[in-house]
Amino acid sequence: MARMKFLCDADRCIECNACVTACKNEHDVPWGINRRRVVTINDGKPGERSVSMACMHCTDAPCAAVCPVNCFYTTADGVVLHSKDLCIGCGYCFYACPFGAPQYPRVGNFSSRGKMDKCTYCAGGPEADQSQAEYAKYGSNRLAEGKLPLCAEMCSTKSLLAGDGEIIAQIYKERVVKRGYTSGAWGWQTAYRETIAS
Amino acid sequence: MATMHAPVRFFIAALTLCLVAAFTVSAQAQQPTTVNPTAQSVKEQELLKELKKIQGRGTLPDARSQVIEQPAGRDWRQFHQVTLRWIGAIAILGMLALLVLFYLIRGMVRIEGGRSGRTLVRFNSFERFVHWMTATSFIILALSGLNITFGKELLTPLIGAEAFASFSQWAKYAHNYLSFPFTLGVVLIFLIWIAWNFPSGDDVRWIREGGGIVGGRHPPARRFNAGQKVIYWVVVLGGGAVAITGYLLMFPFYATDVAGMQLAQMVHGIVSVLFVAVMLAHIYIGTIGMQGAFEAMGKGEVDVNWAQQHHSLWLEKQAAKGRVKGGGMAPAE
Repeated sequence: MARMKFLCDADRCIECNACVTACKNEHDVPWGINRRRVVTINDGKPGERSVSMACMHCTDAPCAAVCPVNCFYTTADGVVLHSKDLCIGCGYCFYACPFGAPQYPRVGNFSSRGKMDKCTYCAGGPEADQSQAEYAKYGSNRLAEGKLPLCAEMCSTKSLLAGDGEIIAQIYKERVVKRGYTSGAWGWQTAYRETIAS
Repeated sequence: MATMHAPVRFFIAALTLCLVAAFTVSAQAQQPTTVNPTAQSVKEQELLKELKKIQGRGTLPDARSQVIEQPAGRDWRQFHQVTLRWIGAIAILGMLALLVLFYLIRGMVRIEGGRSGRTLVRFNSFERFVHWMTATSFIILALSGLNITFGKELLTPLIGAEAFASFSQWAKYAHNYLSFPFTLGVVLIFLIWIAWNFPSGDDVRWIREGGGIVGGRHPPARRFNAGQKVIYWVVVLGGGAVAITGYLLMFPFYATDVAGMQLAQMVHGIVSVLFVAVMLAHIYIGTIGMQGAFEAMGKGEVDVNWAQQHHSLWLEKQAAKGRVKGGGMAPAE
């Protein structure tokens, strides 16, 4: 089985935000929630880089460790998913997440936290693949169709890579060798405890 | 310069040319032949070392989304999964063990000479209402809070993941909503009993003589003895701390960022488990630990002999004001 990962090649990202829009549209993500976002560092200064960030589907995910009801699970592909039926909206995964991935719709009288929502790597949730219930809670399940996450698939500069970690790391390494510089595989050290040597 | 001779002018010009050429050559030797400005970029590891989080500019209106990485969550995870559980387990189980041991050795502290049959009011109905409002909220808050930290290991194997999740959902609602009566109770406790809870000279002797519960003597005490003053300040300060940190967590981003919420959760967790441990001792001494104590907060009146034993100075004052019920006679013996 592949170990699915995301890799954002910040030296290629042109901050077009197509990944953000594609994600929102594909999964019918509710108002106020963005499973993916693009952030520009050193905006307007020399060395400026843009990074597209979402849930990194960490190895030994901190969200899963701190969840008081164990609503997280890791699939055979290494994708970190959760059950909205079990989630109690306590906010702990959000405190633990290094990437700010978990978000909560505001519900109730005191706009308390509803069921947590985050990137599913286009892999749905615990419901039956492609079912209506799965789509309503987690959005579409492209992985079950043999497709990769839409954000990466439609990236115009192929900055955002999704797929088996070893393959996308190899692609990235070749790019680095060819162009002669790198700003690093953002988030990899934190999420996967590894860096891509260049 | 116009008067200068031609050979001199030529010499100066040649010298200048040589100098310029020499500088140009050395400059070329030091710098690479081509500079690619695109290759120079911010580096993730350097930013993390510098700031512990990486923040930039985003186009989403939500400013929180502009933080892309903050590995501090890993440390908080260690606290929540390991440190807090050890502190909580040691504090709460340790206190329970101490209380059981103490009960086995000391037993219930009895009213010396039995009940007199005469009583006096210790807590009026408003004081009792405030106490029990705070106490019932506290018990549910404590259990639902401990459920968040220990529930998944202790309860999930017993009742299954689905039932445990539904229970935890209701426990979360209870925890959030009961925080309001609890906070109100802490504020009222602070206000209605502050006058009797400043440290006084009697406290030193009371502590030195072990409060009468350790050892046989019964040092004089006013309305609240030193032990009760400690409970009072634990409730006021501990209750205040859990209320403030709790509301920071309940209303995310109103006052703090994620780092602030991690810290708030740490304070909330540690203070809460210590609070629970202290309250176990409070519950023990108010029930099976001491005869005649529960009725003070139960029906509001205590026996005169109980008051004489535990709050002699307070009893003197109350008796002087004629507040002792049941006639002035001593019981027939």
